[in-house]
Amino acid sequence: MAHESTYVPGTGFERWVDKRLPVIRLGYDSFIDFPTPKNLNYWYTFGGILAIMLVVQIVTGVVLAMHYTAHVEHAFDSVEMIMRDVNYGWLMRYAHANGASMFFIAVYLHIARGLYYGSYKEPREILWGLGVVIFLLMMATAFMGYVLPWGQMSYWGATVITSLASAVPLVGDPIKTLLWGGFSVDNPTLNRFYALHYLMPFLIAGVVILHIWALHVPGNNNPSGVEVQTKKDTVPFHPYYTVKDGFAIVAFMILYAAFVFYMPNVLGHTDNYIGANPLVTPSHIVPEWYFLPFYAMLRAITFDIGIPFTDIVIINSKLGGVLVMLGSILILFVLPWLDRSRVRSMRYRPIAKWWLMIFFADVFLLGWLGGQVAEQPYILISQLATAYYFAYFLIILPVLSVTETPKPLPRSISEAVVADKAGSKKRKSPLGVTAGGTQPAPAE
Amino acid sequence: MMRRVLLTAGLAALPLLFAGNAHAAGGHPKEPIEHEWHSQGLFGSYDQRQLQRGYQVYRTVCSSCHSMKLVAFRHLGQPGGPYHLDACPEELGLADTVDCSDPAANPFVKAIAADFTITAGVDDSGDPLSRPGLPSDYFPSPYANQQQAMLANGGANPPDMSLLVKAREDGRNYIYSLITGYPGLPKGPAEIPEEITVPPGQYYNPYYHGDTLSLMKAEYLDEDGHLLPGVHAPDGGSFKMAPPLSQDCLVTYEDGTDCTVEQMAEDVVAFLQWAAEPELEQRKRMGGFVLLYLFAFAGIVYASYRQIWRNVEH
Repeated sequence: MAHESTYVPGTGFERWVDKRLPVIRLGYDSFIDFPTPKNLNYWYTFGGILAIMLVVQIVTGVVLAMHYTAHVEHAFDSVEMIMRDVNYGWLMRYAHANGASMFFIAVYLHIARGLYYGSYKEPREILWGLGVVIFLLMMATAFMGYVLPWGQMSYWGATVITSLASAVPLVGDPIKTLLWGGFSVDNPTLNRFYALHYLMPFLIAGVVILHIWALHVPGNNNPSGVEVQTKKDTVPFHPYYTVKDGFAIVAFMILYAAFVFYMPNVLGHTDNYIGANPLVTPSHIVPEWYFLPFYAMLRAITFDIGIPFTDIVIINSKLGGVLVMLGSILILFVLPWLDRSRVRSMRYRPIAKWWLMIFFADVFLLGWLGGQVAEQPYILISQLATAYYFAYFLIILPVLSVTETPKPLPRSISEAVVADKAGSKKRKSPLGVTAGGTQPAPAE
Repeated sequence: MMRRVLLTAGLAALPLLFAGNAHAAGGHPKEPIEHEWHSQGLFGSYDQRQLQRGYQVYRTVCSSCHSMKLVAFRHLGQPGGPYHLDACPEELGLADTVDCSDPAANPFVKAIAADFTITAGVDDSGDPLSRPGLPSDYFPSPYANQQQAMLANGGANPPDMSLLVKAREDGRNYIYSLITGYPGLPKGPAEIPEEITVPPGQYYNPYYHGDTLSLMKAEYLDEDGHLLPGVHAPDGGSFKMAPPLSQDCLVTYEDGTDCTVEQMAEDVVAFLQWAAEPELEQRKRMGGFVLLYLFAFAGIVYASYRQIWRNVEH
């Protein structure tokens, strides 16, 4: 651990354990006395929310697995049996299905927080990279989970996405056959997806432990982006952040419950209440909402890339789309080395901040485009939005690293907090004066 | 601080924006009618009388073509179901030991089930066995298989009705609009639009997710088959379901309710929604408690947060 252990075993039993396996000490140093910057705002609560969501997904998922049948003839009906005949089965299934959406809401906000406050920068590159690994595992898990009910969108989504493997030169078709376990999406596909869907959350849990370990070595970043200097900059994790995270978790649960109990199917697709039929293709195949930005980038590549003035194609449009979609996530791994600015927080980067805001808007735009039919003008807009997505990482951030003059940084977190308070007071005071000036400003 | 919480919560709800746009495609059906449903809203529940009427319509009209495979007779007697009983009706004179709240013992459910013939298992000589239905049986399908269903319906397979309301966009309103929206019916146009020719064995409906371009009469098209200037293709399309509720009082209600086409349509849609979401009442009731609990808990945790942080400048 990055800080001196302050754990003092209080009882004989604790001393006995501490000598043999200091697990209580580990827990105490990590989650009780861990020194945490005192200026973390609510954007920093999504880590805790994500941990809770992972547990909720595993618990509801294990219960669902007790009743689910992974066979193409029975999968759809067994899910409906859970909905209709298992005691509180509808609750388990709606909690699990909407839980996936909640998980992605939280992870996107968690990533956005990292991008805004520069949490990926030295010395947190490994912490960030592990986060990207978790994100990739989550996407794979969610995709395979969506296939399990074996509805129309399950089946056709699986067909579209697994077929992408065939875009890879030479080994593409063998990979596709391996994914399918045969020559089409069929029972073997469903079986292996089920096995992997059950396995991967535990892999995620393992990487989450590494992620927290990598967090606790350098300690938290914070909204000022300035490192902790003295004890005055920090508070112990418990009770300060257990209660703050606790409030955020309960507030998040309200949102979650609103979906589960009052609009459980809003985030899903109606076609998935029709059993899978390989002979009927849905008019419009779309993935779940959380994949839409990446789906838009996949479909944006409608052109082949080859040697100009010849017919030689090096990368056809299908492979290009796959590379762009994968690249859009893999690029996050190298982000710490693309953004060379020494200033972490966008609070002190007046230019980069606005480019990042455009980047966020761009991702929302891509999400919207992913749900539209693949025709003009959506294709052109998708191409422009995809171009901006990559330009932000590959051009804008590297250039700004050199050209941007950051605002002066506070000397410490405590100073940042004081400046913040003064700033928000200043912003508030003009409200006392009306436009006509007839009302005297309140004395301060 | 609360301002920031609200901002964060607002952002967290953003995916809702996407939820609506994932289904834009194909054809230009008319927007379904926004009907008032007993089960809508935070506290909406099923009207049991209406579910019973809806079942009557389903049994008399729909079930001759549409299966409802996921629903068992016993479901009719479960809490929230059309024939659920809290206690046995006295006029039936059942023994005190009978618990009518148990769907398997519910006299209505038993009678409904017995009305169907179920083919299940084999007799001692190995021949298929037919017997009257039991509460534990599922609704039998009108056709033995998909091929038979398609042959009997001009090549179209009538969809299973168990999940129909959830399997269609805005399902309640859509089905209500569709079955009352044929030409000549209360919510439909007076006549088939003059621009189109409806092929034999098909029926025009402005709410159907189809395409009327292929039905346009030649005089509205140019040589290349494009619409002439100023001509619009009518809403909807044509498909193979004849108007199921073509006139008033196809069903005579046992409870004396006025049997108009709109009433029958509303009732059967209410029943179909129950078939798709039998848990709706339990779900909303539990949701109320869960939200109350969470709001109270959030208040307590927020107060603790203020208390604990009161001396820390942050």
